[in-house]
Amino acid sequence: MADELYSLTIHEAAGMLRRGELSSVALTEAVLDRVVAVDNDVKAYLALTPEAALADAAAADALFAAADDPARLPALLGIPLAVKDVILVEGVPTTCGSRILEDFMPPYEATVTAKLRAAGAVILGKTNTDEFAMGSSTENSAYFTTHNPWDLSRVPGGSSGGSAAAVAAGECLGALGSDTGGSVRQPAGLCGVVGLKPTYGRVSRYGLVAFASSLDQIGPLARDVTDAALLLNTIAGYDPRDSTSMNVPVPDYRAALTGDVRGLRVGVPREYFIDGMQPQVEQAVRAAIDTLAALGAEVVEIRLPNTEHALPVYYLIAPAEASANLARFDGVRYGLRHPDAETMWQGYTMTRGAGFGPEVKRRIMLGTYALSAGYYDAYYLKAQQVRTLLKQDFDQAFQQVDVIACPTSPTTAFKIGEKADDPLSMYLADVFTLSLNLAGNCGLSLPCGFDAAGLPIGLQLIGPAFGEGTILRAAHAYEQATDWHLQRPMLNNMPAD
Amino acid sequence: MTANSTVVATGTYLAVIGMEVHAQLQTASKMFCSCSADYWEAAPNSHVCPVCLAMPGVLPVINEHAVEQTVRSGLALHCQIAPFSVFARKNYSYPDLPKGYQISQYELPLCHDGFLVIDGDDGQPRRIGIRRAHLEEDTGKTIHADGVSLVDLNRAGVPLMEIVTESDLRSADEAYRYLVKLRTILRYLGVNSGDMEKGAMRCEVNLSLRTAEQAARGEYGVKVEVKNLNSFKAVRDSIAYEVARQTALLDSGGTVQQVTMGWDEDRRRTIMQRSKESSEDYRYFPEPDLPPLELSSQWIDGVRASLPELPDAKVERFTGEYAISRLDAEALTAERSVAEWFEDAVHAYSGPPREVANWVTGELFALLNAQEGDITALDLSPDDLAALLTLVDTGVINRNTGKRVLAEMISTGQPPEVIIDAQGLAQVSDEAGLAQIVDSVLAANPDAVTKYHDGKTSLLGWFMGQVMKETRGKANPDVVRGLLAERLDHR
Ligand SMILES: [Zn+2]
Repeated sequence: MADELYSLTIHEAAGMLRRGELSSVALTEAVLDRVVAVDNDVKAYLALTPEAALADAAAADALFAAADDPARLPALLGIPLAVKDVILVEGVPTTCGSRILEDFMPPYEATVTAKLRAAGAVILGKTNTDEFAMGSSTENSAYFTTHNPWDLSRVPGGSSGGSAAAVAAGECLGALGSDTGGSVRQPAGLCGVVGLKPTYGRVSRYGLVAFASSLDQIGPLARDVTDAALLLNTIAGYDPRDSTSMNVPVPDYRAALTGDVRGLRVGVPREYFIDGMQPQVEQAVRAAIDTLAALGAEVVEIRLPNTEHALPVYYLIAPAEASANLARFDGVRYGLRHPDAETMWQGYTMTRGAGFGPEVKRRIMLGTYALSAGYYDAYYLKAQQVRTLLKQDFDQAFQQVDVIACPTSPTTAFKIGEKADDPLSMYLADVFTLSLNLAGNCGLSLPCGFDAAGLPIGLQLIGPAFGEGTILRAAHAYEQATDWHLQRPMLNNMPAD
Repeated sequence: MTANSTVVATGTYLAVIGMEVHAQLQTASKMFCSCSADYWEAAPNSHVCPVCLAMPGVLPVINEHAVEQTVRSGLALHCQIAPFSVFARKNYSYPDLPKGYQISQYELPLCHDGFLVIDGDDGQPRRIGIRRAHLEEDTGKTIHADGVSLVDLNRAGVPLMEIVTESDLRSADEAYRYLVKLRTILRYLGVNSGDMEKGAMRCEVNLSLRTAEQAARGEYGVKVEVKNLNSFKAVRDSIAYEVARQTALLDSGGTVQQVTMGWDEDRRRTIMQRSKESSEDYRYFPEPDLPPLELSSQWIDGVRASLPELPDAKVERFTGEYAISRLDAEALTAERSVAEWFEDAVHAYSGPPREVANWVTGELFALLNAQEGDITALDLSPDDLAALLTLVDTGVINRNTGKRVLAEMISTGQPPEVIIDAQGLAQVSDEAGLAQIVDSVLAANPDAVTKYHDGKTSLLGWFMGQVMKETRGKANPDVVRGLLAERLDHR
């Protein structure tokens, strides 16, 4: 299987493209063929743009052919990638997994996809997501649920489940997702790929349809750490169109991958090993920490005492921001407009009533309530105060350690439908990931084993603000010492049920 | 005060009035995007982009010029400028508010705790507190017609400054004078056009009545808000109307309801729009798409240093430096452009500044009123006026001819010498020539001469007029007066 073109990593493919051993058109065709072969089962894509992709691939091949020194061409030139459907690509339908944007055609381009295009990447299409990125399984997509390539009866995680599944299934070489409370890292963990949530402000949010503005970050999903570094190199950086993006220099993240973690201080937070988590997940994560120690890292037990408050804080702040962010979907200027409305106000209520799914409505109501007169101080304001404490937890921890190691998710992938009627248990899937969205620092998930059912387990490495280079270095060193990332799901042999 | 009476007589209530003014800032682009802010008479929805249309995924970027204009205004209103201020989302649903929230400021506004001094009703200066001045964005316009609602978003996102007073105003006239003064200052600063008809300034009033006894106890009456006030006159009229309405209501034993009223210009009355119970909960919270706005004291000092001389200071200086009356100084400083024009003329003229002031506030303002123009738009330079005044002073033309020449200068744009030459308007001071005309006037009017000698000396002016008529106004009045006196008094 490793011989198949679609299962190449980005850096492998990039080397072959430069050496003339492979054309981008051949690579793109192989990946598109793979999509045709497996996506009926995986259902990773909401929209495919094969003609545009092949045209971009041909353009990339022309650049390779004309280049005097192909090594100097951008790393992503000619590489087929997928983009989560909450990120706008001009001229490609963007639904956000919602009926309310079913026919929406964006008239402008997100900064991150503009950067990918400028680097010559080939965009294959848009991947499935929980509606407006609200969910942990893609079951909240208004269109369909994406299936986990390791077991099609299970969820891929979410909300970037389409991107994670596409990367795991060989339906793209890498992808972009968005992470508001774990939406890149949790599906990466559940699908056995690498997913990174950058520091808040590291990557421009311009063109990312907002869920919770103070928490959202776009991040890469890839088959290994090197690919994640290459993707981050391309999308990171200050953007004058995003006032919350930070004017901090972007280092070469690939150059940070030295393979050396000697003396790196790795913190293990007691609060991230909780009752009720799957024992095999804890075992795999502890074994991974031992591996890091064996590589020369210094392992330190640390405390993040306010961790237990992260979930309630998140479910006040994120819905509060979402309740305002989603107010623009009113059927007046774009998107769904209910045909039966007779008055202006009916137009609002009927359009939004028909256009939003139940989880989105639940969060709009939660958020509206948390901001209401008389409740604001007790809920929203209090949540912001506790958020400051969560940030202080991390600030104090990073005075002691360079990286924090913990599970990405308390369990491996769960069955489709298992938690669909139990929002609270679904929310717990993100219990280890959402703290750092609240604190604003960075984190990634990478494969660290499989459970007895053969489902991937994710190791989460958390860094301080703008510590992407450090967590990528630690992840890469671990990856070099293990072969979890080389495992591929045996998709074609699996029953599609 | 009728402290011993249960029914308080009309006119014994004291009004407590506060104002909110929304002033559009004169920036080139909108508050959070690069669309032109000059939307007036543009085709509907032609000044829009993904940001001000609130497409999914767009983000606001603060217009620095709008921040500077708000800080300029705050400094001119003696406000504290916040080194750290925060934008907030004000949430409500309406089609002309594309995001479903307005980006405004709530808890930490840019400017706070200032004041503006106006002339009180008693003629004494009154300090009106400015609670806050903050920055926000305008909404679009919704038109409801023929069963459909149409939205124009050209105005959506235009920078808007909201200036809120303390409840320091006491009457409709004070409110009116506050607005006139505020508009003058904003126009001086170049931050607002003051054009009410185009909606560049929009006012809201809050008003309550209380008795002197309540005032003494520090109590207030029930507050009523009046919105949709699109002229200063509407502000004055609506306050007067509300004071009368609430006075009558209280006098008849009724109670005032806490409501929001609108002003019906046609029926000249306030009408209820909303009760307190149905008031909106705007669910303000800090705008997560914009970091807090931090201003360095250096930057604020720079803005302060760039402030122009403001009207109050100009009045003081004009009355002192140019020895002109306070009334003239106020008239001359109501517009910055007029004040500067006046000063240029003073500097170009070698005579007393008072003479320039007389001509500008008298002749020039009268001519301007007739054509509703602006002094700077006239084809008349300060140098031209100075030249004209010098021609009067040196006796080339007399004062009345000067007025005719001025009107001619404005309509033709020609310098005064050219007009005087072309129309033969130069003053006749030749004594021998004028003596002949004086003699013929006296000879033709023996009755008047007799009356004059009988004591009706006021006829001197009539004789002057006759001579002027004969000379088509060109006669030097001093020479004529001398000749007439010589013949009538010293025979
Ligand atoms: Zn715009």
